[in-house]
Amino acid sequence: MTYRNDPYDPKQVALLDPAALAEAVADAEKAFAAAGDPDALTALRPAHLGDRAPVSLARREIGALPPAAKADAGKRVNEARRAIEAAYAARAEVLEREHAERVLVAERVDVTLPYDRQPRGARHPLSTLMEQISDLFVGMGYEVAEGPEVDLEWVNFDALNIPADHPARGLMDTFYIDPADRSGLVLRTHTSTVQTRTMLGRKPPIYVICPGRVYRTDEVDATHSPVFHQAEGLVVDKGITMAHLRGTLDHFARAIFGPDARTRWRPHYFPFTEPSAEFDVWFPEHRDGPRWVEWGGCGMVNPRVLRACGIDPEVYSGFAFGMGIDRTLMVRHGVSDIRHLFEGDVRFSRALGTGA
Amino acid sequence: MRVSVSWLREYVDLPADLPTGDLEQALVDLGIEVDSVADLRENVTGSLVVGEVLEIEELTGFKKPIRFVRVDVGAANGTGEPQEIVCGARNFAVGDRVVVILPGGVLPGGFAIGARKTYGRVSNGMICSARELGIGDDHAGILVLPEDSPAKPGDDARPVVGLDEVVLELDITPDRGYALSLRGLARELSHAFGVPFRDPALAPAPGGTAEPAYPVQVRDTVGCDRFAARMVRGVDPAAPTPAWMQRRLTTAGIRSISLPVDITNYVMLELGQPMHAFDADRIAGPLVVRRAEAGEKLTTLDGVTRVLAAEDMVICDDTGPISLAAVMGGETSEVVPETTNVLFEAAHWDPVMVGRTARRHKLFSEAAKRWERGVDPALPLVALERAVRLLTEYGGGTVDDEILDIDNVRPRTPITLPADLPTRRIGVDYPPARVVALLEQVGCTVTQGADRLAEDPGAVGVASGAGVALTVTPPTWRPDLTDPADLVEEVVRLDGYDRVPSVLPVAPAGRGLTWQQRRRRTVAQALADRGYVEVLAHPFVSPELPDLLGLPADDPRRPAVRLANPLSDEEPLLRTTLLGPLLGVLKRNLGRGHRDLALYEIGAVFHPRPGAGSPPAMGVDRRPTDAEFAAADAVVPDQPRHVAAVLAGEIELSGWWGAGRAAGWADAVEAGRTVLTAAGVPQDRIEVRAAEYAPWHPGRCAELVVDGAVVGHAGELHPTVVAALELPRRTSAMELNLDLLPAPPVLPAPEVSGFPPALIDVALVVDENVPAAQVQRALTEGAGHLLEDVRLFDVYTSEQLGAGRKSLAYKLTFRAPDRTLTVEEAVAARDAAVAVAAERFGATLRGA
Repeated sequence: MTYRNDPYDPKQVALLDPAALAEAVADAEKAFAAAGDPDALTALRPAHLGDRAPVSLARREIGALPPAAKADAGKRVNEARRAIEAAYAARAEVLEREHAERVLVAERVDVTLPYDRQPRGARHPLSTLMEQISDLFVGMGYEVAEGPEVDLEWVNFDALNIPADHPARGLMDTFYIDPADRSGLVLRTHTSTVQTRTMLGRKPPIYVICPGRVYRTDEVDATHSPVFHQAEGLVVDKGITMAHLRGTLDHFARAIFGPDARTRWRPHYFPFTEPSAEFDVWFPEHRDGPRWVEWGGCGMVNPRVLRACGIDPEVYSGFAFGMGIDRTLMVRHGVSDIRHLFEGDVRFSRALGTGA
Repeated sequence: MRVSVSWLREYVDLPADLPTGDLEQALVDLGIEVDSVADLRENVTGSLVVGEVLEIEELTGFKKPIRFVRVDVGAANGTGEPQEIVCGARNFAVGDRVVVILPGGVLPGGFAIGARKTYGRVSNGMICSARELGIGDDHAGILVLPEDSPAKPGDDARPVVGLDEVVLELDITPDRGYALSLRGLARELSHAFGVPFRDPALAPAPGGTAEPAYPVQVRDTVGCDRFAARMVRGVDPAAPTPAWMQRRLTTAGIRSISLPVDITNYVMLELGQPMHAFDADRIAGPLVVRRAEAGEKLTTLDGVTRVLAAEDMVICDDTGPISLAAVMGGETSEVVPETTNVLFEAAHWDPVMVGRTARRHKLFSEAAKRWERGVDPALPLVALERAVRLLTEYGGGTVDDEILDIDNVRPRTPITLPADLPTRRIGVDYPPARVVALLEQVGCTVTQGADRLAEDPGAVGVASGAGVALTVTPPTWRPDLTDPADLVEEVVRLDGYDRVPSVLPVAPAGRGLTWQQRRRRTVAQALADRGYVEVLAHPFVSPELPDLLGLPADDPRRPAVRLANPLSDEEPLLRTTLLGPLLGVLKRNLGRGHRDLALYEIGAVFHPRPGAGSPPAMGVDRRPTDAEFAAADAVVPDQPRHVAAVLAGEIELSGWWGAGRAAGWADAVEAGRTVLTAAGVPQDRIEVRAAEYAPWHPGRCAELVVDGAVVGHAGELHPTVVAALELPRRTSAMELNLDLLPAPPVLPAPEVSGFPPALIDVALVVDENVPAAQVQRALTEGAGHLLEDVRLFDVYTSEQLGAGRKSLAYKLTFRAPDRTLTVEEAVAARDAAVAVAAERFGATLRGA
């Protein structure tokens, strides 16, 4: 620095005067307060804090003072400069804050604008219901078993104690695979085929749930479809009783139809179970008011079926149950027409296919 | 089966004031489904009264003869004066009693009756026919009450014509043929209400005589193990069927034909024994019961000439077959209006034979329905006795003394039932005495174990009954009771299903879903998350579909599994590709006004096994061996699980954010990648290659390859296919065989480096036919281990590049796991990458 060699300037010396410094501070504060935005404030900085600002010029004059006066004048100048700096910072903070607020206001958008840029996808409600059922039983230790949709007549009928000339076979409205007299194949009429295959394929204890597609030669109308879905449960173990069947169905019913659901049984006939029953479920949330709803069929696995599948009925017993998944969905959600399930209208899946 | 409650009450003492709902519940609890309960009293409202015809005035000058009738309705009309009614029927005379509905009444079908002017007179009400009342089909004339009816003018006509009945329509399960009779139903109801049952089959009936009622030879005692017959001679052929019997038949849905035939049907309803009435004068020579000869012909009562099979049983006379046994009689021997000598037949036939014959000839008669479900073989003589008594009572004539009874019925095999089996199977504590009581209630004879029980109740009469074996002989009317399990069902059924407690069994620890099941869920969810909507289409397709899809002649998707009995002859095949049905769903949605569509389906397709013959026959008395079952299973069509997606319209919609984007081939390919990624296939094992494969556009089709094997295809559909199926232009699709995907591997974790990356862009000029995927692969291989990521960010052609050339611009990201890369290292790696691309495809650096 070379200020010591600066020519002496009496006018500037006058800047060390306390009144002059106070005036410089007051001028600065006044100017800062008048600045309307951060840019205006920044523009004022050289005039009040820059090299040519009064406090800067006053500092230069300190050198010209007698040593005894230097400390006192230096302190005065520093105080004045700090006061201006503080005023600047305070004003800057206010202005920055105001500016930020203005920007946020200016950048405001309508967040309610729809953003349906990608149309919404959906699972099919029957798929999610089948998964719900699977998960329920998997949680109880069951496995999810599957089998082919076109299957052997032997698997669909004979092994399930429905011999060729049994009237029950005639009641099944079966799709036969061409040539009907030789192919030995049908579109399975029930998921009970998976019972057969499961028991053929493994030894007890067996705890399986089999959700899947089944077929009957029903003409399409509001309540019939040639294609529909069932879930079949099968348990084969030592000491299994019909009480276990009821416990399982009651648990199942509560999971699907709510905590107040329960089942009631009506004696019925199925060749592959003996004793057999049809079961209804009490559904308090039914669209048309609380009521019993027909749900499915069940019973104790017929020892003849166990034998045909290589399981000793003297050692093991079991239960089986089956219910329509489509019907379950329709009852639970008040679906008025089964065709909605298979026509594939995107409105249907989108409305129901999002839940787990 | 339709039956009136009043008829049931003849055999079982139901509570007098039994509410219909309680009766219905009792039947349901017995396992008898109640389809409907019709209270006929509700069918006709208002005044339905008996009237006596006082005066008939014939009105002329109209298109048909009309009568103006004065009818005495007693005080029912409030005045006691004769009621004046216009009537179009002519089958009545002065003095006849008829059924009159007075103005204000309503007939079935909501047909309201008022006083109205017609044919120039005022008609104050209507004289009713049986059909108008909903009690029969007879509309030939109005209903005239029989002369012996005690009804007086002005009486309520409902009880007189059976309109005071409660009629049950019941659905009987196939195992319980006995419940297709009043006898069986009444027995069941007696169990439910604990009231006395009068078995009509216990009526005394004389046994067979040495001399036959008619000469009969039974040549096949397997098909017919009992044949009984009796003769009634000199019957009045004009004798009508009594009204009460007609009513009961009508209620059951059986048409009244003639007195002898109506009696056979009535006895069938009452006892459950199907019968046949022959005109004895129209039979030539002795009867022979035998199997038919294949090709033999018989014209049955319905007028159809049937070609018989060797398994059918027939009744023959000298002229050949005159009756298709157990199913339907023949024309030549049937009872006709002149018949005076009636031969009643009551036999017992093999249920399996009857079922097959009925199905073969599509003759599901009331008789066949009962035979198939099992008929009590002890009934023939009782049924014959009932029939001859009814016929002589209402038709006169005399009964021959001779009674034919050829009885080869084998006694029932007793069932051994461990006394504790019901308890062990049901989980309810049934003391042995209770088991015995319930089985005896249904008619079983319980011996041996039961005797021990009686002798020493202290030893075995306690709770468990373990070790006690009951010997149970089911009653003749329960052929369905053959196994111990059948007896267990009788116990729980009669004791009540509502007594079975609710106990949740504890399964052994499970292994959760399989990886295939988990994969199906992740794939389905990934597509849904990408905006695809899942549908479930019917799998039935038309034989024309492969042509519409342009499949080559030798395409493996052409051979299809064919249904023998499709719902629609136009769609007899099962899909070999999901695309056919899925595109159908797409079109349905388009037809409903949806334009921007992305759909998917996961489901089975069906491929027949080439040369698959019949599966080997397997019994059910034991498990088939693994080899036997494998041989049978080899016939079952291959049914891989596919996933398919179709796209039309915009996949990104236009909106306030800007323009939309049309779905196209790239979206379809991306759907394929989405599936593979969601299925857990690592990216470096996935390859996308150009392919030509129907039904896709040959220049816009990709094959999806995993580990070198093609697993599916994606792209834009062939314009010809789009036109043939009338789809929107540029419709795109993807289909992939999920079963071909490998199990998801356990992947090694990447080293995630915290050092900064070096980013270098390269633009490579190559021949336009070089696939970008291969250039990228070359760069990746050439760059070595420092390459973290490579991304194509621009594709471009221009005159400067020259015809047939294109520029591919890639962003390369290099990073080292252990240090910050120097510029020199990154450039060296880039150069190595470009060198491989240059070597393989002659790629040059643009601007270099």
